[in-house]
This record gives sequence, structure tokens and C-alpha cells, in this order.
Amino acid sequence: MKISRRTTAVAIAGATAFALVATGCSSAAPGETDPNEKITLTVATFNDFGYSDELLAEYTKEHPNVTVKQTKAKTSDDARANYFTKLGAGSGLADVEAVEIDWFAELLQYSDKLTDLSSDDVKDRWLDWKANAATDADGRLIAYGTDIGPQAICYRSDLFKAAGLPTDRAEVATLLEGDWDHYFEVGQGFVAKSDAAWFDSVGSIMQGKLNQEVETLESKDGEIIAGTNPVVEAAYKDILAQSPDLSAHLSQWSEDWYAAFSNGAYATMLCPSWMLGIIEGEAEGVEGWDIADVYPNGGGNWGGSYLTVPAQGAHPEAAKEFAAWLTAPEQQLKAFVKTGNFPSQVALQDAPELLEVTRPFFNDAPVGELMAGRAAAVPADAPFKGVKYFQVMTALQNSLTRVDVDKTQNAKESWAQFLKDLDALK
Amino acid sequence: MTQSLAPDVVVSRPTDSQPAPSGPDDERRIRRIAFGHRLSHWDVKLSPYLYISPFFILFAITGLFPLIYTGVVSLYDWHIIGGQGDFVGLKNFEWVLGQEKFWIALRNSFSIFLLSAIPQIILALIIAAILDQNLKAKTFWRMGVLVPYVVAPVAVALIFSNMFGDQYGLINNILGQIGLDPIGWHSQVVPSHLAIATMVNFRWTGYNALIFLAAMQAIPRDYYEAAAIDGASRIRQFFSITIPSLRPTLIFVIITSTIGGLQIFDEPRMYDSTGQGGASAQWMTITMYIYNQGFGVAGGGQFGHAAAAAWLLFLVIVIVGLINLLATRAIASTGTRSGK
Repeated sequence: MKISRRTTAVAIAGATAFALVATGCSSAAPGETDPNEKITLTVATFNDFGYSDELLAEYTKEHPNVTVKQTKAKTSDDARANYFTKLGAGSGLADVEAVEIDWFAELLQYSDKLTDLSSDDVKDRWLDWKANAATDADGRLIAYGTDIGPQAICYRSDLFKAAGLPTDRAEVATLLEGDWDHYFEVGQGFVAKSDAAWFDSVGSIMQGKLNQEVETLESKDGEIIAGTNPVVEAAYKDILAQSPDLSAHLSQWSEDWYAAFSNGAYATMLCPSWMLGIIEGEAEGVEGWDIADVYPNGGGNWGGSYLTVPAQGAHPEAAKEFAAWLTAPEQQLKAFVKTGNFPSQVALQDAPELLEVTRPFFNDAPVGELMAGRAAAVPADAPFKGVKYFQVMTALQNSLTRVDVDKTQNAKESWAQFLKDLDALK
Repeated sequence: MTQSLAPDVVVSRPTDSQPAPSGPDDERRIRRIAFGHRLSHWDVKLSPYLYISPFFILFAITGLFPLIYTGVVSLYDWHIIGGQGDFVGLKNFEWVLGQEKFWIALRNSFSIFLLSAIPQIILALIIAAILDQNLKAKTFWRMGVLVPYVVAPVAVALIFSNMFGDQYGLINNILGQIGLDPIGWHSQVVPSHLAIATMVNFRWTGYNALIFLAAMQAIPRDYYEAAAIDGASRIRQFFSITIPSLRPTLIFVIITSTIGGLQIFDEPRMYDSTGQGGASAQWMTITMYIYNQGFGVAGGGQFGHAAAAAWLLFLVIVIVGLINLLATRAIASTGTRSGK
């Protein structure tokens, strides 16, 4: 009898503990935590956030009781699947989790499962639009901005030279100055004299165009308008009209696309700041990559990420402090030097340390100064990204791929298919 | 031995009319024997079930419960993060069955399954028959066919998807060099299925070959000797002795590869980096469809839809499994009448 009663008690205790974890309640009230307690904090990122082992070791040096571990997902899609599954399950997420802007709105619906990160220390640290997007309906700041993706144009100066175009980055900037039509026009001139294509993928051009508009795939009141929005349809038609001549017919993030970084399949690509690290990593040993301070139709922002602190973690306060440290200007500057991810911190937008950063791989391009200029050109009215942005964008990208890469449908058929796919999302 | 002694003692008691030397002692001994007897009775009846029960208890927890729970989820509007919503009855099933993508995915699963299972079983039989011969360094060859199975499926998929690249893949490069048109390994339906089936076959053929080999080793060698004396060729021996004797093993392998084939996920998921199964779902399988509805980009975390699709897949597998079982029984039993 005695034993059975004890077993019951243990079982109840166990179940309560489990329930506490499952509902994401943290039993550690701020007053009770021992600041010197030895803890391990985990940070989960994707692609490359530029948080090197040395950088993380620095945090341990400043906080001897904290050990930091990083896990990296290969793509943002993988990170999203992992994040959503475990947020729903109520356990298993890292203490600090990275989030991409494209699926941020989707996450914002469940902001009660995330720690409120606002504090006086980090007030006014970020660009307004970056911080606004991370504030939920109740005014809680649920994420710290890491980088933004101001866009420039990366180009192969060797291919430009062979086709008789200027190679110097200032001259290329002058050459490409103008709107999208002008960009395509120069491209037509290029492909007439070269075997290479003008741009890598219709998908990235679509991203580039749509990121300059405010309302694209969804309206601000939550309707999916991609199928009826003239802006989207015009971009679709325009791009596919140019693609037979200009596109390298690659689908973004495919094996072929990665391989093409080094084999000169195309001459230019849209270059959000984080793309610099990817190009450098994939095109190792290739000479000729350069970057021009220009972008069709002014400026644009593509991507950029945040760090969140899920409420389910065991040490939300410590995690908050750590996330604040990671997104502080000093650390984000180091990340920029490593990967090219341009900081979203106000203090860094024209900081001298940032402006003097150069990148040897891109023919010693002054990327700090250049990207700071591109960031200043980003329209202040950021594109609206709603709950289903990621899904609709995926369907739209697929519709372009079917025509340009797979060549299984023509533009009209593929648009009809896209409208059908949208119905399935409702 | 001690147990078999007990009945003798019991039986000998009435014939031996002499009073026992000490009553209580004797009684206790008798009772103990009787208890032991009963115990052994229970032992025979119950123990086997107790011994196999851990599997069934585990199965109930890890297999049956999720199956039933999935059924429950499929009746609700259930979001990955938001959790349980309203009861919607069979609406989710209706929705899934009305989706064009679901049917495409079903077609893809069957196509990849057939493209992989059939050549796989035939190849495995041939490899097993060769390994069954008197080879030098038998163990080396036998272990060798299992090596691909040990390689992680993700690694296999990465290597093969490099080979099957559309523009810069190894195979298309070779085709180009001998003057043939490149094949759209990712853009076309059938080539993409062939490429994925190749990965599956690479992994599983050796595994199945070893199962066949084990069964072949159990066939009495006398049959072959007799057949050889009668003048039957090797090929004739294979079809008239080996294949019919493999009947239960064949059924096992066909059923397991049916289940595995229809549930195929790793290889098509890793076939490109986004895991969407192609821009027009060329190689999206049913399991990928389920995953995408529940966890992936395309579905937006609709667990209700995913659960309904999962139950539909379960039903499909049960039906196909039954058809398979009947078919293989019919085919295999015409060859031999040996029974059990």
C-alpha cells in the first residue's frame, strides 16, 4: 500500500513536471534563479548567420557560467519545419531560435508562445521597419533583428569583358542604372555577344521585383490577392517574356544552381547582402566575381532574419540576454565581416568600422560602404508579408519554374495551375 | 526432470496403502506437488503469451495508439501550433480527396513503387542464386551486397541527385559526350521516378538478396542432386526448385517492399533541396504530401488534412497488401503442393 501510494505521488509529480514543460511554463521566476548557476544555452540558425565558434566562445568568456551550443539547419525551409513542429509540441526548441522574415508573420500569430524581448537596453537598436515587423498586436517585441538584405547586383567581370561590356564596378553601376526594362535591355545586348545567360533564375528576379512593392501576395486584411493583383501578373508576364533569352534556366537552391556559381553560366545575379557569403562559398577559386552599387528601379530588400526566444525554454532570461548580445552592433559587425549579412542595427548603418569592410573575393569590393548605400536605398515602406506569404510565394516560384526550368507548361497554362494551387491554400 | 517425477508420486499414493510416516509433512508435500502441477499447467498455457506480450504492448503504445490518434486528428480542424480546433467530421477526407495534388502523389507513389519493387526483387533473386553457389570468400561477397544498405539514405540521395543533375549532372554529361540529348531528370515525370527508383534499388536490393539467400540455404540439397541426375539444367533447377521453395519468403519480401514502397519518403524528399517534389509535383509521393500538409511549406501546418491523407494511405496499403498476398499465394501455390 505504502509503495503504491508513493508510486502514485511520483507519477503525479512526473506528470506535473511534464505538463509544465509541455505548456511552456517556466518554473524559474526571475528572483529565484542563481546567476552563477552553470547552464547551457542553445542557438539554432540556418544557412550561415556568421556566428562562429570563436564568437560564441567570447560569450562564455564574459559569462563563465554559460556554455553556448549552436545547431545549423541547411535551409530556411528545414528550420521552419523544425520550429513549427516543436513550438506546437511545446518542447524541443533551442533557447534562441532564428526565424526568417518570410515566415515570420505566420509565427507572429502564436506570439504568446514566445518571450517578450522588449527592454530599455535594446530600445531603438534596430531600423524602424525591422523592429515594427517583430512587434505583435499587443505591442510585445518578440524578436531581435539580425540582418537585412539590401540588394545590389553581383556580376562576372570576366564575362562582361568577353562580351565587350565595361568591367569596372563604377562603370557597371552606371551602365545598369535605370529600371527593370533597362536591366533586361542591357541583358539582351550581352547575350547577343556571349554564350552565357544574363541572370541566374527567374525566381530571384520575381523576388527582386515583388520586394519593391508594398502589397503583393496578400492584402493587409489577410486575403490572398496574388492571383488577382495586377502587379504580380505583370511581373510574371514580364519576366517570362524575357526569360527565354536571358535566363540560365536554373531553379534557385537546386544542385544545378549551386554548380553554376563557379562555371560561368550567367553574368549577373541579384545580390542581397547575405548572398555574398553564399557566392564566395560556392564559387571558391573563381576569379571575376564583382559587385556593383546599383539595383534596377532603385533599391530593395530581400530577406533578413530575427532571433526569437521560445517561452518553452528552461532559461528564458539568460536566453534573452544572450540573444541581445548576439544582435548587439559589435557582434553583428563581426557576422557581417564573416558572411556579408548586413546588420539591421541603426548604429551600424553608417558606422566607420562597417564602412571600411572590404571583401577580397569580390575584387576587394568595399562591401561595407557599398551595402550601406544599398541599405539606405531600401524603400521605407516594407513589403507586407502576411500569414500565408511563404506558401503563396512557393506556389508562385513553382509556376515560374514550370515554364522557365522544367519547360513542361507555357506561361498561360502555368498561371492557370498557379490559380488552382492558390485555391488549395484557402 | 523434477516436474515429470511429480505425477508418478501422486499416482503411486493410492496403490501404496501404508500410512504416511508423518502426516503434516506428507500433506504439505502433496499440496506442493499439486500446486507445482497447476503452475506447470498455467506455465504451458500462459507463458508463451507473456513472452511475446512485450512486443504487443510496445506495438499498442508506439503503433496502434498513433494510428488511432491520427484517426481522431483527421476528424478535427487541427493546426500544428494552434492544436485542436473544431470537429469537422469527414470534411478533411473530402478536402484531401478533392485535391489534384493528392491524386498526383498517389500516382507517383505507385509508379516509384513499381519501378523499384519489381526490378529489385528480380535482381535480388538473381544475386541470391549466384551467392548460393560455391564461391571463394563467400562471407566477403555476402556481406558486400549489404554495404549499400548501410549507407544512410540521405547520403545516397545526395550523391545520386548530383549524378542526376539536369544541366551539370554526371549522367547527362556522359550522354552529351556520346551525342545524346540530356534527360530532364528533375523536370520530367518518368525520368524523375526512374532516378528515385534507382536510389531505392541501390539500397534495398542487397538486403532482399540476403533474405532470399537465407531461404535458399534452407532448401535441401538432395532436390538439386536429384534434379541434376535427371538432367535438369541450372536454369531449370532455379525455376522448378528454388522459386517454389521460396514461396513464404517471396510473400514476406513482396509485402514488406509494398509497405516500404508506398511509404517512400527519404529519397524523393532529398532529391532536390526544397523537398517540394518538383514544381508540378513530378516526384511528390504520398508521404511527402502528408509531410508537406502537416509540417512543410505548402500545407501550412494543417494536421487535420495530413492525418486524413495518412489514413487514406493506410487504407491503400492494406488493400494493396491484401491483393499482393492473394496474388502471390495463387502464383506460388501452383508450383508446389508441399503445403506446410
